[in-house]
Amino acid sequence: MQYALLIYSTEESTPEERRVVEAGVAPVLARPYVSSWARLHAPETATTVRQQQGETLLTDGPFVDTKEFLGGLILIEVDNLDVALAVAAELQALRPSSAIEVRPVRDEVPGGG
Amino acid sequence: MAVEGVFRDHWGRVLATLVGMFRDIELAEDVAQEAFAIAAERWPRDGEPANPTAWLITTARNRAIDQIRRQQVLAEKTRLIAHELTAHLEPTMDEPTTFRDERLELIFTCCHPALSREAQVALTLRTLGGLSTEEIALAFLTPFDTMSKRLTRAKHKIRDARIPFAVPEDHQLPDRLAAVLVIVYLVFNEGWSDGRVDLAAEAIRLGRALVELMPDESETLGLLALMLLNDARRDARVSEGVLVPLDEQDRSLWNEQQILEGRELLGRAVARQSAGTYVIQAAIADLHLQQPRDWHQIAALYGTLAKRTGSPVVELNRAVAIAELDGPDAGLALLDTLALDTYRYYHSTRAEFLRRAGRTADARAAYARALDLAETDHEHQFLTRRLEELP
Repeated sequence: MQYALLIYSTEESTPEERRVVEAGVAPVLARPYVSSWARLHAPETATTVRQQQGETLLTDGPFVDTKEFLGGLILIEVDNLDVALAVAAELQALRPSSAIEVRPVRDEVPGGG
Repeated sequence: MAVEGVFRDHWGRVLATLVGMFRDIELAEDVAQEAFAIAAERWPRDGEPANPTAWLITTARNRAIDQIRRQQVLAEKTRLIAHELTAHLEPTMDEPTTFRDERLELIFTCCHPALSREAQVALTLRTLGGLSTEEIALAFLTPFDTMSKRLTRAKHKIRDARIPFAVPEDHQLPDRLAAVLVIVYLVFNEGWSDGRVDLAAEAIRLGRALVELMPDESETLGLLALMLLNDARRDARVSEGVLVPLDEQDRSLWNEQQILEGRELLGRAVARQSAGTYVIQAAIADLHLQQPRDWHQIAALYGTLAKRTGSPVVELNRAVAIAELDGPDAGLALLDTLALDTYRYYHSTRAEFLRRAGRTADARAAYARALDLAETDHEHQFLTRRLEELP
């Protein structure tokens, strides 16, 4: 069963915090149950694409402009939610102000007939 | 559909085994209901089978396999249902003499911390208690649609997020068991403060199942003891629509049998070394049943409990014992340290102390505040009467 761990932050980390987080995250990412991962640049670098009156509209910044922003995501393949939550808790502990949303990943192919 | 009478005893067992087989609560409920309906038609005519639980499980399982087969085309396309499940499951009436009792797995699934408290309560009552969605909605004064959606969402989350159907591992067990006990006790208290659906009886039924499944857990024993001892006074608690304080209750209305059973369970719980919060509460409930009441012991146990839980409500109860021992002013002094301004019993207790201390005007104001916050007619009647009795 695949789960997406969506890692949210509320503030930019200091270099010292980043060092601690990175040192903790690296060995987790190397584990066999990690299928893939992505670290995202700051939300200010985002461009959002939507439509207004039939025209494509680009806006500068993230889709939802809140204090919390998506900092990265990790896909893991584990047996059940308890295992996924344990991995999330381990990562969350690296940065107390973060929050990790755990979402099960659908395994059907879109429009797979 | 509500599960009636004798069927109620089988429901939780049957459903748990089916969820264990198919890992889908909706499907399990569906086919269990069909099996119960068939039983309701056949058993009175043909007699009850030798092993009713196994008969119900086998019948429901065969229905489930039929259903899965019918959806096979869809299943193959969407890979929703694992093929190996149907590959080795053939409909059959070769009744195995026993199916493993998986109610414990089911209750831990229903009380999983990834589900909201409301969902945990509703799901536990539905799956283990066999209450219908209507009954649960009525019990919690929630619109039927809201309750129905809540249950469906929870079942889907269990399936889609794969919440495990398992008894937690040792290192998680204490926390997870505590979460289960909270739900059972919450159901009990919901049933106690009002008499809508018999939730107290439902909670006791769940408590009995837990004791049967985990006979060595002292907190499980403690919780059942606590519920039995409190529930034993149920018939004496209200007279002609008015709440009756414990000391004025007609003791002949107390359920002696239940008190004995509660004490026996409490004895078993205390015999294990660590007394948890439910065991302490049960011990206090027991002390309250004895005449004259041993306020020293009661105050001491509330003190232990307060330290353990940090709960101001426990401190409020301790204040009652302190007031009995050292007078109303001592009780009031303790009350003044508690931040419970929106809690109705805080004000009714305070009013009582003020009355005893002869501070009538203050007592009147406190009773009025308690009346504003009163939630049931019984409380209302009781407080109004107290207010009228003031000099």
